[in-house]
Amino acid sequence: MTARERITGSVANYVDERTGAAAWMKKNLNKVFPDHWSFLLGEIALYSFIILLLSGTFLTFWFDPSQREVIYDGDYQPLSGLKMSAAYASTLHISFEVRGGLLMRQIHHWAALLFMVAIVVHLLRVYFTGAFRKPREFNWIIGVGLLTLGIVEGFLGYSLPDDLLSGTGIRIAEAIIQALPVVGSYIAFFAFGGAFPGEAFIPRIFTVHVLLLPGIFLALITVHLMLVWYQKHTQYPGPGRTEKNVVGYPLFPVYMAKAGGFFFIVFGVIAFLSAVASINPIWLYGPYTPGQISAGSQPDWYMGWLDGLVRMAPPLETHAFGHTISWNILIPGLILPGIMFTGLALYPFIEAWISGDKREHHILDRPRNVPNRTALGAMALTFTIVALLNGGNDIIATTFNLTINQMMWFSRIGILVLPPIAFVVTKRLCLSLQRADRDLVLHGRETGTLVRMPRGEFVEIHEPISAQKAWTLTQHEQPVPLELPATDARGLKRPGAIKNKLRNRMSRAHAVAVPKVSAADLKEIEHH
Amino acid sequence: MSSELEAIKDPGVPAHVHRQADLDPKAEKKAERQVAILFALSALGTILFIYSYIWISEDLFIYFPVLGTTNAKQLFLGLGLAFSLFFIGAGAIHWAKTLMPDEEVIAMRHEMRSEDEDRRELVKTAKQGAAAAALGRRSLIKRSLGLSLGLIGLSPLLLLRDLGPLPGKDLEKTSWKSGTRLVTDPGDRPIKPSDLEVGAVAQVLPAIAEGGHRALSDIGKDAVLLIRLRPEEFQLDAERLGMTYQGIIAFSKICSHMGCAVALYEQQTKHLLCPCHQSTFDVTRAAKVIFGPAARPLPQLAITVDSEGYLIAQKPFSEPVGPSYWERNSQ
Ligand code: HEM
Ligand code: FES
Repeated sequence: MTARERITGSVANYVDERTGAAAWMKKNLNKVFPDHWSFLLGEIALYSFIILLLSGTFLTFWFDPSQREVIYDGDYQPLSGLKMSAAYASTLHISFEVRGGLLMRQIHHWAALLFMVAIVVHLLRVYFTGAFRKPREFNWIIGVGLLTLGIVEGFLGYSLPDDLLSGTGIRIAEAIIQALPVVGSYIAFFAFGGAFPGEAFIPRIFTVHVLLLPGIFLALITVHLMLVWYQKHTQYPGPGRTEKNVVGYPLFPVYMAKAGGFFFIVFGVIAFLSAVASINPIWLYGPYTPGQISAGSQPDWYMGWLDGLVRMAPPLETHAFGHTISWNILIPGLILPGIMFTGLALYPFIEAWISGDKREHHILDRPRNVPNRTALGAMALTFTIVALLNGGNDIIATTFNLTINQMMWFSRIGILVLPPIAFVVTKRLCLSLQRADRDLVLHGRETGTLVRMPRGEFVEIHEPISAQKAWTLTQHEQPVPLELPATDARGLKRPGAIKNKLRNRMSRAHAVAVPKVSAADLKEIEHH
Repeated sequence: MSSELEAIKDPGVPAHVHRQADLDPKAEKKAERQVAILFALSALGTILFIYSYIWISEDLFIYFPVLGTTNAKQLFLGLGLAFSLFFIGAGAIHWAKTLMPDEEVIAMRHEMRSEDEDRRELVKTAKQGAAAAALGRRSLIKRSLGLSLGLIGLSPLLLLRDLGPLPGKDLEKTSWKSGTRLVTDPGDRPIKPSDLEVGAVAQVLPAIAEGGHRALSDIGKDAVLLIRLRPEEFQLDAERLGMTYQGIIAFSKICSHMGCAVALYEQQTKHLLCPCHQSTFDVTRAAKVIFGPAARPLPQLAITVDSEGYLIAQKPFSEPVGPSYWERNSQ
């Protein structure tokens, strides 16, 4: 035994005698993780969050969360002598006088943008591959929660510096609160400690931004990861991959080295972006005052779709009995997002209800093999993208020489028409991809080599695909639609007859598929 | 639920293919050197970071293709940090990929569901516990506990009451009174009609007493936009026309949609545009909404001049300014 081994051994012994950790460690160091690039998306989100914690803590050392009025006398000459809030002045201080402060602000903001991108793309991966199915529904719901909180956290974050742009964002948030029927103006006055903007809001959202929400994030992320650990990772279909096993690399050392290394890569890339691409130059916007505004006001991208919905809303208000209800704010600002997020959270249960499938699933779906789900996803995505584009309608209009009117009508019509089109097109696309798979398994790969047949015609040579590939393309189940009876044995209508009928219909739509190749099909081909 | 037809057979996990570094000691040495070089690059990044932090001047600007002119300290601090982090990651991953075992392993899964035995035990324990507590029989305790648990939520809610005052009539009021002078923002100078040419726009606020303080929440309701047209360009009824003065018309600058500052005036079309959601208001028709999500015109402020010839408000706004709210009477 070398000296080092002895020391390691006695430390390990010391810890284990007090915690009994050895048994657990032994089991878990060999934990198997399947490998695929799309499994890195969640990791990117996790690492961005850690980077947010680190850079955010650094910022708190100088940031002064106060709306107290101060006269600026810092290094940035153009704003010299201007009245502004202490929050804004301290953000300028971080940007111009704290060495590396601007870099940290950039890292914090870039990490926030990347955090949200990673969450959204991770969510799309989970959706389109069906990873949310039993037993992983809880993790899906936690994920939707993290997405929602991330949007709120990001919004509160870029509201903190109290510049002209972010103050405008707060103004809009206040108007949404104020529009709530019955309680709106009360909640707004409580939140802002009086009339907008008051002097209470920045200190309050500061506490929420640096303490309350990060705490909730930590708790949710912990549960999220513990569930992944306990339920084991899903895996893509392939030779040797079954519902009963998991094929991949052991946690120690390979996966640990890769994941640990990847953290540094993500951090490095964020630092690089922060060095070369400066975002949110708050010194150019000036301090917030409600009487002014900067043209081309744009929120961060993860808020853009909401802004886009608000922009395209028709000018509807109800005036009755001395009261006002602002549908132009409530529908795009609360009702639609509410429906979208509730639908998102409930989707695993809706799909399970439609398909009647109550089994566990650990092998991921190839999106084409579940056309209905894939098409629904494409539809929701199209809706969100049209809204997001409309959030930048002024910028798009000036870039492409359109009028705002044209953009607005494009969006108002597009948001109704394009999603259904996306649904139909995607569903067909999935089915033709299934057909292509079928052809590939039956007739092999086109080689591009032509041979001349004795009778003079040209034929392309097809090369059979490998057994592994053939398995991957045919391992999926062929869905079978539900057939719930509408009448009972005596021919009487059942209580839930209409519900059953509806469910049957949805289930049929969900089960549409091109028949996959069976072993018998292959044999038959071989005989020819 | 699977199809009746016999499926194609699973060929099983493909045989492992060895990497070069597993077979050839030379390749292995080479991979080792590559990893070491990557880690060394990271160290260089840290040195660049330290150098930039201490020695590069804050005022040094340099030209970089693509980036344009940028602050050198900012750039090299960032690049130093980026390299120091990135290459640690790159080294670790290269190490894992080339030198650590890459044989796939297979682990078995177990169903999430607990064993039937365990479930039965659990139900039994739960039932026993409930029986011991005799919750089923002691309905008085159960009900009173339910009541107090329900009520306890009220205390934290009540505690939030002092977050802010009740709105009262606050949203309806602005600082404009009859006779309040219009003063420029910024500058706080009273203005005469002659200060404003036809086609011009000015932002004004209500005058405050010498040494008085204007809170942002006041500006958030008081900001007013003056626009001067030729009187014949207006298409207003007599009442609205009486609220203008020699072609000068005054509107609340706070958008009736969600409260942004309606700051863009297009001289040719005589439209006011809110940059937030592009609500567009026609100045000649008392700020009627002609486009966008706003549902109400901007409130108009009646103006005239005082004995010294300065612009003043005839009377307060006759309706609340800014975004809508439940108690607003908009009829
Ligand atoms: C998911 C987590 C988080 C997100 C999405 C997020 C997002 C943001 C964003 C977008 C900004 C504006 C940055 C700018 O351009 O100036 C910001 C500012 C700030 N954040 Fe965070 N943040 C997160 C977590 C944290 C944490 C954990 C802390 C502290 C412990 C923190 C402290 C701060 C501070 C002090 C500021 C204001 C200073 C400044 O803007 O320069 N943040 N945040
Ligand atoms: S706030 Fe002016 S258009 Fe929305």
